[in-house]
Amino acid sequence: MVDFLITTVGLPPWLAWTAAAGLAAFLILNVIAGGALVFIWAERKIAARIQDRLGPTRTGGRFGWLQSLADGIKLLAKEDLMPEGADPLLFRIAPYVSFCASFCAFIALPFAFDFVGLRLNVAVFFVIAVLGLEVFGVILAGYASASKWSLFGAMREAAQVVSYEVPLGMCVVVPVMLAGSMDLVTIGEKQAGWFTNWFLFHDPFTFVIFWVYVTCAVASVNRAPFDLAEAESELVAGFHTEYSGLRWSFFFMAEYGSMFLVSALAAVLFMGGWNGPIPVAALLGLSEGTGDTAGYFVRLLGMVNLLGKATLGVLIMMWIRWTLPRLRIDQVMTTCLKYCTPIAAAMFAGAMLWQLALPGGLVAGLSRPSAHVREGWLQESGHGPAAALADPAGDMAGMGGSR
Amino acid sequence: MTPFVTSLLGVVPAAAVVASLNWHTLFFLLFAALACGFAVAVAAADNIVRMALYLILSLGATAGLFFLAGAEFVGAMQLMIYVGGTLVLLVFGVMLTAQSPFVSMRSSAGDRVLAGVAAVALLAVLLQAAFSVESWRRPASGVVDQPAATPLGMALVGLRVDEPSAGAPVDAVRSGYLLPFEIVSIHLLVVLVGAAYLARAKRRKTPRSIEVVASVEPPASVAEHAAIGRDAGRRGSSVLTGGGA
Repeated sequence: MVDFLITTVGLPPWLAWTAAAGLAAFLILNVIAGGALVFIWAERKIAARIQDRLGPTRTGGRFGWLQSLADGIKLLAKEDLMPEGADPLLFRIAPYVSFCASFCAFIALPFAFDFVGLRLNVAVFFVIAVLGLEVFGVILAGYASASKWSLFGAMREAAQVVSYEVPLGMCVVVPVMLAGSMDLVTIGEKQAGWFTNWFLFHDPFTFVIFWVYVTCAVASVNRAPFDLAEAESELVAGFHTEYSGLRWSFFFMAEYGSMFLVSALAAVLFMGGWNGPIPVAALLGLSEGTGDTAGYFVRLLGMVNLLGKATLGVLIMMWIRWTLPRLRIDQVMTTCLKYCTPIAAAMFAGAMLWQLALPGGLVAGLSRPSAHVREGWLQESGHGPAAALADPAGDMAGMGGSR
Repeated sequence: MTPFVTSLLGVVPAAAVVASLNWHTLFFLLFAALACGFAVAVAAADNIVRMALYLILSLGATAGLFFLAGAEFVGAMQLMIYVGGTLVLLVFGVMLTAQSPFVSMRSSAGDRVLAGVAAVALLAVLLQAAFSVESWRRPASGVVDQPAATPLGMALVGLRVDEPSAGAPVDAVRSGYLLPFEIVSIHLLVVLVGAAYLARAKRRKTPRSIEVVASVEPPASVAEHAAIGRDAGRRGSSVLTGGGA
């Protein structure tokens, strides 16, 4: 896009870079904020239907479409309160810390082939690392509020997040291992084709570990049944008890942004990313790699795919929230340490052995000998420049041979 | 369109100044100033939670420097290990400051002098090292085509793909950093097991009756929680369960 701005529009380079970065940031911000509006409305409707109610029906027509917008205006107009004993600096800064962590993680998330804010070589690692920083906002809010409810919520959150990062990391490693790259774009590309190419259906171990990932992802974004940091029946509202108005809404935007992010990450890692279950574009003879209009529309189609899968994930999280009761803190820890971690470790070992015996999945693995594949892999790595030219992703080639 | 934009930019004198800036240097200075400023703030603050926050910001700015240099893997590592590790520090800070004697930590004058001497000595060494280089040179572009984490990971599991002899297939027998990697991981595992052993709750002979007694206790206050957290091993109860064993 920078090239386009410089050559076609004729902007000077510094302005072109700034405009490109600003546009990417603007789009991501809108995904989070717009997504939060839609998801809050959806959450109200889903909660209502599960509890045999109607939910919002009046604001903005028959289905209450404008309920979230009305809420937003109400929040803008609310008084911004701060408790007397609060630490003013930390109290003010906490919501922005949460929101920034959620926002930064979106930078490395590909929405379709080449539709990514910043294509990082270690995108998976970056997303997990940045997403883990969201807890800082919660702990700072809990501490700075000078309220026992808030502090209880924050300390629970800290214990929960530190624990669940372990199995979550193990789950994420498996698709990375199968794709041979930590680049999310490369991981998505490797799953192109029919839905049987998705890592979810790669082997039995990845199928199991996907559900472990779902559990850990729900826990890591603090959704029920793991919402101990809020726990409205015990702690009033947990870490955001003392917040009101716009600051409170920043916490909510961060929460819905993170929900969307872990769902999109699940889609890219396990469910083929922007590749639909049926490769419609490939059957029509179109390629997403080309720079012409057809390629652009294929990528748009891919983006619709990814957004659809991520939205489905968010809706499933809401379904879980309004169905299951909240766990106690010891049950949360038991789930993590006694179930998720050992299962993830065993599935990781299993997927590794499967990859050694039958690389390339069940069908492809049986049709070609494994040793040949591995040797070819090493050969390719050794001849760095040639491999880099042949493969635009070029992750395997890396620095090989260029010294 | 094109001439219009350029002429418009030509009118504004600031635009020429902005265009002539080296953006890489500018961002480097920005991140470096943030890192140094927050590092000073860590030493200057007297509230332990604020100290932890400033430390996080300083380490985060350092991660920004790594990303600026194109070392994405090291930058993400910095975020994960150092910034993420400060989380535990923050938690301990919160637990400590729930008690009034620790809310404000003022160090004595002697400590300040000692710390100042050490800091100045280190700064002198670093400055001397920095200025002893004759000329800082820019990295020749194209040395590393596509910086990737994969060769690093391959080297850690014992395959050096970064230094192949020309034309020859990679010698799979040549060891990478597998042995040091394994030693470090075993060491960490031992440390983890030891920590879990030290921090475990003491076993009781009649857990059922203890549970009943524990459950009728009123929920502990925040201050008591901090105390429980400090000697969790002795009391054998969790900070999080509100006194329940």
